[in-house]
Amino acid sequence: MTIEAAPPIDALAAPASTKELFIAFSSLSLQGFGGVLPVAQRVLVERRRWLTKEQFVEMLSVSQVLPGPNVVNLALMFGDRCFGLRGAFAALAGMLLVPLLIVLALTALYGQFAQNPVVTGALRGMGAVAAGLVIATGLKLLTTLRRNVMGLPVCLGFATVTVLATAWLRVPLVWVILGLGAVAITVAWSRLKR
Amino acid sequence: MNHLTASDLLGLFGHFLVLSLLAVGGAITTVPDMHRFIVVEHHWLTDAQFTASIAIAQAAPGPNVLFVAVLGWNVAGPLGTLATMVGSLLPSTALSLWATRWGTQRRETRGVRAFTAGLTPLTLGLLLSTGWVLAEPYLLSDAHRWGALALIALSVGVMMRTTLSPIWLVVVGMVAGALGWI
Repeated sequence: MTIEAAPPIDALAAPASTKELFIAFSSLSLQGFGGVLPVAQRVLVERRRWLTKEQFVEMLSVSQVLPGPNVVNLALMFGDRCFGLRGAFAALAGMLLVPLLIVLALTALYGQFAQNPVVTGALRGMGAVAAGLVIATGLKLLTTLRRNVMGLPVCLGFATVTVLATAWLRVPLVWVILGLGAVAITVAWSRLKR
Repeated sequence: MNHLTASDLLGLFGHFLVLSLLAVGGAITTVPDMHRFIVVEHHWLTDAQFTASIAIAQAAPGPNVLFVAVLGWNVAGPLGTLATMVGSLLPSTALSLWATRWGTQRRETRGVRAFTAGLTPLTLGLLLSTGWVLAEPYLLSDAHRWGALALIALSVGVMMRTTLSPIWLVVVGMVAGALGWI
């Protein structure tokens, strides 16, 4: 367990090959319990510096409105940006291949351990940590809103309404994106110069 | 595990293909309809088997969408996994690749910039909201509230202030849970 100094923010690196891309996405996927996104943010932005915080949020926003798993779409987009179609499939395969084999192996074992209190306790602990990791990722990325064309107060307003609508009122995501998203995009459009 | 005919497998594939296009916000949002198709309509799995399939995928490393592979496996073995995974990933993959190329070529235009700038606060709101939804069952349970809250606070603090890999926090959560502390 080592704690490393935070890397400089703006120095950007890039993967050297599709093999490096595959290995990087395999390793980050294998560290993701209860969600890969926090690990993806930590590895792609903070460790390897392949993306800035802003680029990461931008890709995530696009992933969000597209159908399909966000983090899988993000892998596809990043891979495509690096090496075209080969890169997209290298990142996708990295994200899915080894974890798929593990989850199928666990499926075979599950019956024997489903009722074991040590196992259910361990899963409960991991679940609580997963929740904390997602919250931390959201909080950390909030700083990207400072550079948003709509200004920080307006952005925080939209973020708050989104949280209330989805976590409290449980409005389906489609309506949040189509309704609130359309309003936000219109505001951003009007603030951008031609 | 059932023995599905070729046309059953094709039906399974087709159903997941359609759901993939509706899965804005991730495959997990289409779980109610998968349940209707697999458990209620075709009786390929029981309720308990269906729920267990999702629980296994949550406990394993990797993206949450892998629960789709477990469902396929429990319905019809390797061919079932192939049907559900390819069905789930094919349309969204094609659409993502097309959209990212279209958007990258036009990323300096006013429309694309307004699109990403406008959606950014929503994206971050959705992340925080996902964290809340994951935390809520623990916080509502009298037996687990304080232990879970301590783990969540520890995870947030460590993630914000250090560059420690999140896997160590997962290990801490696993050990604390196994020892019955939460």
